Amino acid sequence: MVGKSKGLKISLMVLVYALLILTVLAMLVPYIWMLSSSLKLNKDVFSFPMQWIPANPRWENFQDIWTRIPLGRFIYNTAKLSVIVTILQLLTSSFAAYAFSKLHFRGKNAIFLGYIATIAIPWQAYMVPQFILMRYMGLNNTHLAIILLQAFSAFGVFMMRQFYQGVPDELCEAARIDGLSEYGIWARIMLPLSKPALSTLTIFTFVATWNDFLGPMIYLTDTKLKTIQIGLRMFISQYSAEYGLIMAASVVSIIPVVIVFLALQKYFVQGVAASGIKG
Amino acid sequence: MQNETILRTNKSPKSRLSRGLRDNLVAYSFIAPNFIGFALFTLVPMIFAFILAFVKWDGANPMKFIGLDNFSRLISDTTFHKALWNTIVYTVGVVPLTMIVALALAILLNQKIMGRNFMRTVFFFPYVASLVAVAAVWNFIFSPTMGPVNNILHLITGIPLEDLPRWAADKQWAMFTVVLFTVWKNMGYYMVIYLAGLQGINPELYEAAELDGAGPWRRFRNVTVPQLAPTTFFVLMILVINSFKVYDIFINLFAGADNQLNNATRVMVYQIYNTAFRSLDYGYASAMAIVLFLLVLGITIVQFRGEKKYGQ
Repeated sequence: MVGKSKGLKISLMVLVYALLILTVLAMLVPYIWMLSSSLKLNKDVFSFPMQWIPANPRWENFQDIWTRIPLGRFIYNTAKLSVIVTILQLLTSSFAAYAFSKLHFRGKNAIFLGYIATIAIPWQAYMVPQFILMRYMGLNNTHLAIILLQAFSAFGVFMMRQFYQGVPDELCEAARIDGLSEYGIWARIMLPLSKPALSTLTIFTFVATWNDFLGPMIYLTDTKLKTIQIGLRMFISQYSAEYGLIMAASVVSIIPVVIVFLALQKYFVQGVAASGIKG
Repeated sequence: MQNETILRTNKSPKSRLSRGLRDNLVAYSFIAPNFIGFALFTLVPMIFAFILAFVKWDGANPMKFIGLDNFSRLISDTTFHKALWNTIVYTVGVVPLTMIVALALAILLNQKIMGRNFMRTVFFFPYVASLVAVAAVWNFIFSPTMGPVNNILHLITGIPLEDLPRWAADKQWAMFTVVLFTVWKNMGYYMVIYLAGLQGINPELYEAAELDGAGPWRRFRNVTVPQLAPTTFFVLMILVINSFKVYDIFINLFAGADNQLNNATRVMVYQIYNTAFRSLDYGYASAMAIVLFLLVLGITIVQFRGEKKYGQ
């Protein structure tokens, strides 16, 4: 009886591992294929049976893409936008969240309700009037438009407030008695305490801005202003047969996200979980 | 406490008022940097969207109020109906599949398993990886005649390459391909949410069920499922809303040029984008956007009702 259930358990474990390993492979194969193809000649990319490790890796692909399209320019633009948006988002969100969570003032609930109500409204539902407004302000085809569009999200304020709600009020009271101003409490107590929430918001904002497609597609028509996503898309449609180069450019476009993700992934998983549960 | 009351009553009403005013001003100064941006670039466009839906405007000539004409045009617009229908089909395909895979993975990765953290990272990564790059790889791998997927299928089944599915290049298979891609790309995100939900379940519940002689299936049925109800509800709603907003996945997967996006792969946001930025028919595009908004609003209301019912 014991032996039988043990045997069953072991075979179940084998099945579970087999399933998981298969899924892991299915998840990883596209990236391995991407990396492998990025080092091949166009004619070898689709050779079958495929060669996972190219016999003569063509490193030139990674040189050529920089001259075929202004990839450096695209990456610079995207990095610039992502960094500025993330900093603005972190600063203004944590600032506002402090007031919503720890201060009492007139109209607090009404204003907060305004934020909450807009979280569920998809950006796609108001992207057209937003574009008209930006164009009216002369911001069409500028990076400023993308920054203003991304930097003040209701989601950031909501997320930071959820976190601050968990910080005991007594901590702020004690600091007030010690003579710290509200700005001092925010800077010296709340900010250091909210590292996990700030990290999560950093990754969310950075990755969202880096990967944004529709926003830059609507606003940025000038090639020298384009971001990596739009640039890559343009490259793919212009040189659809340059398989090796397309894969090399794809690898380059993913690397910064991999770095940010791996550096902060501990917080990311926690943060997704927390934001999910609190909804 | 008593001291405080005395202190307060000792102060003159005037200084109390000014203190209240100062507190308010300090609070507003915290909110202002975010709120000004938020009001100007989110609230104002939202309100503007409702006005636009009732006008005819190409952005150059003066606006013309036309009442409900945009909406009655929607009722007879078969292209829009097709886009709405495709969005619904896509949602119906993506939502249950993602939920099942995400929950299964979360349950497996919640056990003490070798390489657990590595696997979590691997499953989550497609969610953050750039869509354009990942879609390009998929298109290569699923390329009808050259791609490895069809070549392997050909090798296994012996079916000639021409008779195999043409995936993203085929009207019949396009929706299936995009659903598969979406599940692959996003399931890791929902897996993490489920993992958090699973970790919130009190282990004593499982111990009690085991003492009562409940096997793994009954423990899953009678402990995991009811305990996860709030999480499941949350995941369901986010998935449905995100599926309704879809656009970039379609435009990148059905690549080459977006004019190849035929009737089979047209979705609502694609329709809004084209009507506004290609046809310059801002009013009509806004009417479509209002339909999208109302659909999402309806789903959110259901969510709030459901949360009251199933929530803690």
